[in-house]
Amino acid sequence: MVEAERGLRLEGVAIALGGQRLVALDTLIRPGETLTVMGPSGSGKSTLLAAITGTLAPAFTLSGRVRLDGVDITHMPTEARRVGILFQDELLFPHLSVGGNLAFGLRPHVRGRAERRARIEEALEAIGLAGFFDRDPATLSGGQRARVALMRMLLSEPCALLLDEAFSKLDATLRGQIRELVFDTARDQGLPVLQVTHDISDAEAAQGRQHLL
Amino acid sequence: MGLGGMREASLQRTGPLAPWRIRLLPWAPALTMAAMLGPVLAGLLGTLAPALGYMPALGGTGVGTAVFADLLAWPGLARAATLSAVVGLGATALSLAIVVLIVAGWSGTRTFAAVERALSPLLSVPHAAAAFGLAFLIAPSGWIARALSPWATGWEQPPDLLIVQDPAGLSLILGLVSKEVPFLMLMTLAAMTQARPAQSLTTARALGYARVNGWFKTVFPAVYRQIRLPVYAVLAYSMSVVDVAIILGPNTPPPLSVQVVKWMNDPDLALRFRAAAGALLQLGLVAAGLGLWRTLEVAAAFAGCRWTLRGGRGNRVAEAGLRLAALALAGVSALAVFAGLAGLLVWSFAGLWQFPDLLPQDLSLRNWDRHGPRLAAPVAETLLIGGLSTAIALLLTISCLEAEHRHGLRPGSRSLWLLYLPLIVPQVAFLAGFQTFALLSGLDGGRVPVVLAHVVFVLPYVFLSLSEPWRAWDVRQDTVARALGAGPDRVLWTVRLPMLLRPLLTAAAVGFAVSVGQYLPTLLVGAGRVRTLTTEAVALASGGDRRVIGVYALMQALAALAPYLLAIFLPRLLWRNRTGLRDG
Repeated sequence: MVEAERGLRLEGVAIALGGQRLVALDTLIRPGETLTVMGPSGSGKSTLLAAITGTLAPAFTLSGRVRLDGVDITHMPTEARRVGILFQDELLFPHLSVGGNLAFGLRPHVRGRAERRARIEEALEAIGLAGFFDRDPATLSGGQRARVALMRMLLSEPCALLLDEAFSKLDATLRGQIRELVFDTARDQGLPVLQVTHDISDAEAAQGRQHLL
Repeated sequence: MGLGGMREASLQRTGPLAPWRIRLLPWAPALTMAAMLGPVLAGLLGTLAPALGYMPALGGTGVGTAVFADLLAWPGLARAATLSAVVGLGATALSLAIVVLIVAGWSGTRTFAAVERALSPLLSVPHAAAAFGLAFLIAPSGWIARALSPWATGWEQPPDLLIVQDPAGLSLILGLVSKEVPFLMLMTLAAMTQARPAQSLTTARALGYARVNGWFKTVFPAVYRQIRLPVYAVLAYSMSVVDVAIILGPNTPPPLSVQVVKWMNDPDLALRFRAAAGALLQLGLVAAGLGLWRTLEVAAAFAGCRWTLRGGRGNRVAEAGLRLAALALAGVSALAVFAGLAGLLVWSFAGLWQFPDLLPQDLSLRNWDRHGPRLAAPVAETLLIGGLSTAIALLLTISCLEAEHRHGLRPGSRSLWLLYLPLIVPQVAFLAGFQTFALLSGLDGGRVPVVLAHVVFVLPYVFLSLSEPWRAWDVRQDTVARALGAGPDRVLWTVRLPMLLRPLLTAAAVGFAVSVGQYLPTLLVGAGRVRTLTTEAVALASGGDRRVIGVYALMQALAALAPYLLAIFLPRLLWRNRTGLRDG
């Protein structure tokens, strides 16, 4: 068996709207590496991420291929791609508890009530939120919400991580902490990271390649 | 922080297209259109045939204009048709004027918030219950006369005046206005949130325009464009209403639609032909009314443009009067319904209640004891039909909206017209056709056809109520949930529907209230054998026993109101530990 290429490969990816090209990118983001795509608002940054998650609006046309760990995911449904995404809003499900949000992310191969509960408690401890299982997400602080959103995504065992202006709503001190947590985690787990932002400090914190739109 | 050990099994992806994806979903819009418009079109055909003389079951095989000649020969026709037109146009113009003036004069103030709060619960009160309440209020022996007698009027006995069911239809107009004002108000408020009126109005006022003047010149054109269809629905409804007209309208002759229903229920089956022709005439009358209204719209737009170009700033003193008048009219219209409901309540518990007394001599449960057992069957029928038709409407609406979300089947602006079609085509015009089919097929009445007929009217309201919050839902929630590995069905059931619980329950409550209030579909499609609270209550109108009417009309109002209360309190209970959803 041939060893599959690891990482997120954008193979001649180009997105157009009404015949006009918005974004074009051809690159490989290796495990643990971060590529920061920068550009002003309206330059198609979020559109690029939508193409990778498979949520591109029908008005756009996508050419090229997206490969993740060697698998062509270009036409897969979003839920089968194993691409995690964080937005600037945490988008915790407001009807579920903190533990319920994490359970939504935790893969079904972790079986049994007790086992799943234990995994979630463990995860809560890892982000410094031990005992928060039954809490209402609306009562958390901004930093706590950001950590729950990150952990929810990690529990779904993604193979790549997308960041859509993920830190832009956090205040300066919190921003540094959360950014460090996200990038350290991605490096530890060997996740390829594609972040889009308009803030140069996000790019610097990522310590990776930069691409300007 | 140790976050390792989560990359096992990361290479096993599920296959491309999951096989369990519902393939029926793309058909939802077509199915919904069929459920809503199919009965309307089929019914119209069923009306057209006997109107042209063709109904073999009753010996009509020739096609011609004889039936219309018979209709035209009926001496009350001109009077009945005029009554329909005057009542419809009058009630619509008055309702629209009150709503527009109150919004122009008061929106953004604390008073306006109070008016809004007072009017919105009135939306769920069924037309028949409101009409009975009004009748109890304004009748010669009603609460208003009692309050003024004998000290102001000198009346020791109820005066011999024809106030309710007056020949000019004034009490009918009043009854319609009291129910259409809350409806148009709600639609206007919804339109206002899209028109962003605060900026326009502030700009106008900074340029020296008085409040109402500036509102009409800057905000009204955009708002009216949004509420045009609801206004047409109000006009069509008011021109062809049956239940309110039976309670409050004149008798000799009644408005055309009521007369058509009388012919339809006449033991002489030959009158079915004349009824069908009358129903078609009603359709033509409504079309003409809409045409006239449209002409007036164009004329008003033309005049409005010239008025705006003249640059007048408006007179503040005159406006103060106008604002007070609008407030008084809205207040009276809200009070009429509230006091009417109170009247129903008191009468349902009343023992002996002699004329000038403001309250009965004794209050007891006797009326409820006597009629309570007989209420059980119509209550059960009302709940069953309301529950089924609302469930069907909700299922179709959610399927349409989800198909729009998943398959990008976004409806064009013309589909809004289709949604309003069942509310604009007069009920009597196509429900009359159902009787033709019943006669043809031998199947007569029954609960299932009644439920399907209710769906025709419940569906537009459920769709209008749910579509906006559904489309306003943050689709990034969907992206996040899908990226976490959840398929579209799981996202629908475990994320979107729970998050939209409040608007879902509100839409269900609106739909249920619409079903509870339906008189004509229940009567005509059920062939008089499906008895709901509404058909029973309206049937009591001619008897004039206020204690029984109080009991039935109050139950009707309660049946419509209860789901609203549920829609308000259930989310609070279920989401009591979820701040993010409790008040949203």
